[in-house]
Amino acid sequence: MFGLEAKDFRLLLLVALLTMAAPFILNPFPVDSGMAQFNAGYPDLMQRFVIFGIFAIGFNILFGLTGYLSFGHAAFLGVGSYAAMWMMKLLTMNVIPGILVSVVVAGIFSLAVGWISLRRSGIYFSILTLAFAQMSYSLAYSVLTPITGGETGLQPKVTDPRILDAALTGNAPKANLFGLEMGSSTDLVMGGWVFTFNVGYYVAAVVMIFAFYMSIRIFRSPFGMMLRAVKSNQQRLNYTGLNAKPYTLAAFVISGMYAGLAGGLMVAMDTQVGAERMFWTASGEVVLMSILGGVGTLIGPVLGAGAIKYMENILSKINKDILYEWFAFLPDGLQDFVITLVYPFIGKGWHLTLGLIFMAVVIFLPGGLVEGGQRIAAMFKRKKPSDNTPDGKTTPAE
Amino acid sequence: MGILDVKGVGKRFGGLQALGDVNLSVAENSVHAIIGPNGAGKSTLLNCLVGKLIPDTGSVMFDGQSVLGRKPYEINQMGISRVFQTPEIFGDLTVMENMLIPCFAKRDGAFTPNAYAAMRKDTEMLDRAGHMLEEMNMADKRHMHAASLSRGDKRRLEIGMCLSQEPRLLLLDEPTAGMARADTNNTIDLLKQIKDDRDITIAIIEHDMHVVFSLAERITVLAQGTPLVEDTPDKIKGHPKVREAYLGESQDAA
Repeated sequence: MFGLEAKDFRLLLLVALLTMAAPFILNPFPVDSGMAQFNAGYPDLMQRFVIFGIFAIGFNILFGLTGYLSFGHAAFLGVGSYAAMWMMKLLTMNVIPGILVSVVVAGIFSLAVGWISLRRSGIYFSILTLAFAQMSYSLAYSVLTPITGGETGLQPKVTDPRILDAALTGNAPKANLFGLEMGSSTDLVMGGWVFTFNVGYYVAAVVMIFAFYMSIRIFRSPFGMMLRAVKSNQQRLNYTGLNAKPYTLAAFVISGMYAGLAGGLMVAMDTQVGAERMFWTASGEVVLMSILGGVGTLIGPVLGAGAIKYMENILSKINKDILYEWFAFLPDGLQDFVITLVYPFIGKGWHLTLGLIFMAVVIFLPGGLVEGGQRIAAMFKRKKPSDNTPDGKTTPAE
Repeated sequence: MGILDVKGVGKRFGGLQALGDVNLSVAENSVHAIIGPNGAGKSTLLNCLVGKLIPDTGSVMFDGQSVLGRKPYEINQMGISRVFQTPEIFGDLTVMENMLIPCFAKRDGAFTPNAYAAMRKDTEMLDRAGHMLEEMNMADKRHMHAASLSRGDKRRLEIGMCLSQEPRLLLLDEPTAGMARADTNNTIDLLKQIKDDRDITIAIIEHDMHVVFSLAERITVLAQGTPLVEDTPDKIKGHPKVREAYLGESQDAA
């Protein structure tokens, strides 16, 4: 189907179904229950899941296949965002031109960066990409203020030319797809549950499914095999009549275009962009996503992106009051003691939890969450199948 | 004029004259061995032939074209394949993929952006790689990771990968180094079979006299960066200069 092997097609179908049903799947708890804070099915977060999924899928084409660890991919994300924003300011608030141009501009920029950075490999390559990204960030923050808006960033304004749109009569400009506004949502109330269907999320989800499909095609192509050969033994590749440089450069540009696409979608969703999007921590985040999910696997980066964004948005919301509620059943002294222990790992301390999980994954599951899933699947295959499938998102509150 | 002509090649590393003035001609469809004691410059010479090193002086012509200044992959595309001292294969890939890569390199050239093509549908390439694996008696190992092969099988795979490119010149750098006697004999048999089955020129650098005298039709003895003598194996065996250069090492090695 679609030129894919049956196994890959099933994976694509599964991903498509899960993303389409995400508003249900991510909202397992009734709105009024104490667990509602673990619901991730609100538009803003769901959009982030798929957008960072795209970012990580693209990054994995470079890092997972060729083994070249770029530490500057946030620069392409940022460049894509700025490009999409300018399309919104100059052409139209329709998101299509913005998204297309973000891919093209990020592709051209990554061609230039890759051309220079790929002269070196290993740690030197990583440092070069990091330097480029930090230069881009600094430029966007200061010198290029007329284009990037500097510290304040950019937002569409009513007074922008927007030559393809009719004049906005006093209305704030809103991103849309042929009139369908990205921000508009429909709520479905079922008993105690509320499910939100957001236009922006579905636009981003369709793009992600397409991006995922393209990455499967690349993985299963002769080109993808050559990229894995680059990682495995560049010496043999050179002495087999193959030029490694254009292969790595092509992989770099493809992953840069994925990053640009993610950046363009971000602007399409929240119509704003700032230089901090290009900061090196953003580049590091996508590295974490790939490794956490499983480097070089098809679905791993998407899982990694989901896990990190979930923690960033859900774990960080838990505050001391909620902890007091959870541990109310404990005697007073013990309650305070337990909360003192747990507190550093939640709220603003969610990075600490992420760090611990990351270390555990790297040490015990070098293949990332995908390897974890495979091990669990293998365990159930050997034993008889059981009903209580472990849910990774259960909480300690019960 | 042979298929490979080396004229006046010299290479200096700092104060060390690794190669002095090497003149060498490898005749088409022959097996030519280059022997010499440690430090004679055998590996340096080989690296000059495949583009890893550029000699300071002299010329290297392959089939009438100079190879100097060309990158290793370009020289390979001209028809020179190299087998390394320690087998260089794609360890993370399967045996079948290892064989597919040179097949693609032969058909599609040094770079093809075929990122949208489905590999499993390229029956031409799959057949060719499959045939080559059968010829190497490795068809049953096609799904194994190449890194998990035995040393002898890795060598076999590497030679098969080189042959699947249909090279005109096969360069072997001590192909039996570190091998047990049985594996060495298997490799000799394999190379003999390759020689009999196809029109191919083989240049072999070797330490093991047993291998050299089993295979070679002509032998060049290199000592201190210059060719001492070049002759047939029978003549080389009794040559006083060779005995002098080796000081009995040939007996040890054999």
